[in-house]
Amino acid sequence: MRKMKKITSLALVSAMAVSMAACGSSDSAETTAATTAAAADTEAAETTAAESAEAAETTDGEYNLAVCLASEPQTIDPALNSAVDGAIMVNHMFEGLIKWADDGEGNAISAPGQAESWEKTVNDDGTVTYVFTLRDGIKWSDGQPVTAGDFEYSWKRLANPETAADYCYMIDMVKGYAEVSTGAADPDTLAVTALDDKTLEIVLTYDCPYFLEIAAFPATFPVRQDMVEGNDEWTYDVNTYIGNGPYKMSEWSHNAYIDVVKNENYYDYENLGPDRIRFTLLDDANAMLAAFNSGELDFIENFPTDEMANYLASGEITIADYLGTYYVCFNTEDEVFSDPRIRKAFSLVIDRNYIVENVSQAGEVPATAYVPSGVNDAEGASGDDFRTVGGEYYSVAKEDYEANCEEARALLAEAGYPNGEGFPTVEYTYNTDDKHKAIAEALQSMWQEELGVTVTLSNQDWNVFLESRKQGDYQIARNGWIADYNDPCSFLDMWYTDGGNNDAQYSNPEYDAQIDAAKATSDPAERMAAFHKAEDILIGQDSVLAPIYFYTQPYMLADDIDGMYYTPLGYFFFGYTSRN
Amino acid sequence: MAKYFAKRIGMAIVTIFLVTCLTFLLMNAVPGSPWLSEKTPSEATIAALNAKYGLDKPVIVQLGMYLKNLLRGDFGVSLKMQRNREVLSIILEMFPVSAKVGAIALVWAVLVGVPLGCLAAFKRGKLTDSILRVICTLGISTPSFVVASILLVTLAGGIASLKIFPTIFDASAGWRSYVLPCFALGFYPMCYTARQTRSAMLDSLNQEYIKTARAKGLKNGKIIFKHALRNALIPVITYLGPQVAFTLCGGFVVESVFSIPGLGRYFVQSIQNRDYPVIMGTTIFLASFIILMNVVVDLLYKLADPRINLTKGGE
Repeated sequence: MRKMKKITSLALVSAMAVSMAACGSSDSAETTAATTAAAADTEAAETTAAESAEAAETTDGEYNLAVCLASEPQTIDPALNSAVDGAIMVNHMFEGLIKWADDGEGNAISAPGQAESWEKTVNDDGTVTYVFTLRDGIKWSDGQPVTAGDFEYSWKRLANPETAADYCYMIDMVKGYAEVSTGAADPDTLAVTALDDKTLEIVLTYDCPYFLEIAAFPATFPVRQDMVEGNDEWTYDVNTYIGNGPYKMSEWSHNAYIDVVKNENYYDYENLGPDRIRFTLLDDANAMLAAFNSGELDFIENFPTDEMANYLASGEITIADYLGTYYVCFNTEDEVFSDPRIRKAFSLVIDRNYIVENVSQAGEVPATAYVPSGVNDAEGASGDDFRTVGGEYYSVAKEDYEANCEEARALLAEAGYPNGEGFPTVEYTYNTDDKHKAIAEALQSMWQEELGVTVTLSNQDWNVFLESRKQGDYQIARNGWIADYNDPCSFLDMWYTDGGNNDAQYSNPEYDAQIDAAKATSDPAERMAAFHKAEDILIGQDSVLAPIYFYTQPYMLADDIDGMYYTPLGYFFFGYTSRN
Repeated sequence: MAKYFAKRIGMAIVTIFLVTCLTFLLMNAVPGSPWLSEKTPSEATIAALNAKYGLDKPVIVQLGMYLKNLLRGDFGVSLKMQRNREVLSIILEMFPVSAKVGAIALVWAVLVGVPLGCLAAFKRGKLTDSILRVICTLGISTPSFVVASILLVTLAGGIASLKIFPTIFDASAGWRSYVLPCFALGFYPMCYTARQTRSAMLDSLNQEYIKTARAKGLKNGKIIFKHALRNALIPVITYLGPQVAFTLCGGFVVESVFSIPGLGRYFVQSIQNRDYPVIMGTTIFLASFIILMNVVVDLLYKLADPRINLTKGGE
């Protein structure tokens, strides 16, 4: 024991001596740090040294790109993923029947992907048959050929309730889906059939106008049955994460980065740009910005809220279109907000310009309706968009704001609360977040000043918030919706009576009838007319929602990078970029 | 001694069992579910997910199953944060990163904090003492995310000409990546340790045995480091024990700011995500670690002061 004591005090004293010396000179401080690290893990230190030497060697003359989308993705299984960052990665490592290609100006347009051609036949019973012919020579990243059977397997896997994919409903137009998804029928009855290795037949219950976009949607990308079956962890290992896209995963360092390199088995291998794309996984928006400014990242799309305005003003941030709407959702079953006049009054006094210019400050567009600009109307991408055709439900011109407020006060008086007298105190709920809070405070003061009503604010943990919104346990709540595919259906379908995302608890047979009508017809003009009528009811007549702004996608790309392209669904494509 | 340890281990097992049950019941009592998102999956999908991961059973049955699996070393799989990946492999992969940063941070905190505390006590009331007091007060009152953010926007990329250290943590790039996070993480413990040491030193410097040592003609250095410090270390050790567990398991804020792929984010975000197995895994891991550190602290007491009797003190 006595010996032990001596050793301890010796250790203490020597440790202190080292630390004293460390304070004296910076040189020895370095050595201390180095020795500590080395002592902690000599073996690791050796391998890292070797590795970094290797890395330095190979970076010569290579074009490596580093981008940051978000932190660690929850999953990169094409069928299970439901996040945009995951979808971007999946888009680089897999390819569907249809793919997104550059139109030369940075906009993504659909183009033949794994399928080189397809035929569409409208059958006598109203169903539609697509026959896709696959490209010659398409291969998985391990060299095996991609077959129509791979697609058949993957589509059936997506529909199978046991897969429990969030986005299974994306293929709800496929014949047999309704029975398969509820478990009433075997997944094999889904009308997706490989006629031979090169030919895939898909039968739809109706002529879905956005079906080709679905064929380019990540959830429908093919996966390898032999890798996926019985291995829930297949996405975590580069040896089992086999894709058919332009890039393949070479390393996943959890919470740090996912590296993808060119897939030499990809049919367009010669034209690919970066030798390696590193998806850096970061949590903190300040760190992303600092890393971009210091040149460690070439692309970022998240920014600290308080820095946005400066970078926007200086033109360093580019703003891209994004199909989404930030809105206020009224609980239509609430005693107070069951009156559409009150909802409309609350909507009219929102000064959308003020919120966009002074609160959110990310170049968003004040919303004049629910379906945002950029969503296709009957003529598709070439014609006027849905918003242009549908017009606006109230004016967001600055000079009209006072008139809007007058109208709102009249409505409130009509509802029995002149100047807000006798109006009960109501509550606005949002999930804990600085930006949502700032918007909530702005709304609170607008409602208070213009209508004379008292609104209290309540913030909730994200998960609790989702639960109370879903259950209709609120009066007014913040909400937001991002399109899954470029069609008004993606926005309007959700307000159907008892719909899974119908947070407003809205139910109007007239509205449901328009949605049914839109889904029943194959004529694009008729279909869109029904959707416009539906939106007229939802916003114009019933004011179920108070849209605030249409989302935008801000991003920063290094000046020397060319050739990136983008869809307003939020997908960026880096595979054909070059560095000048 | 053996009896004492047997007792400690027994108590540790009971504690971990209670922590497990309590956490399990509490987290299930909080509203929300791992499957909720801005776009709610269909009822059928949620039912399928609940069935797949056993969430459709009553909570008490789930708890029983969890405990049974735990005995076999099976912590389950993540439901959300890294879907389908084993919780144990997440912990085992992320912990070493956090532990390395945390260990370096604590080592410098102690190696600098203790001598500075001694110095301050020895120079009591002089300029050195005042300067140290200002630094330590600053360090204790500044939250680590402020320290981290200041470092980030100055030395790690915020100001281009001052950029000395990489912005994105890269373990393979050597010591440079460690400097700022370890400094940010260790600054508070360093200041706290220095303050603790100073006041404990002042106490012991007034003791009779120090006067005796002086009377014997011993040198100052020997008095301070050999006689006074040993006595003064007790409160420092008490503080450092649990602190080691917390620091080694990852400081969430510092890890987030410096993009360190550590365990910290799993403590905080697993709760926000209602990723039940990850909440359980990280909680049990941290709880075990704290219990272990408390045992180590007891042993260190014995080393620092042989008069302490563990067998009696432990009761």
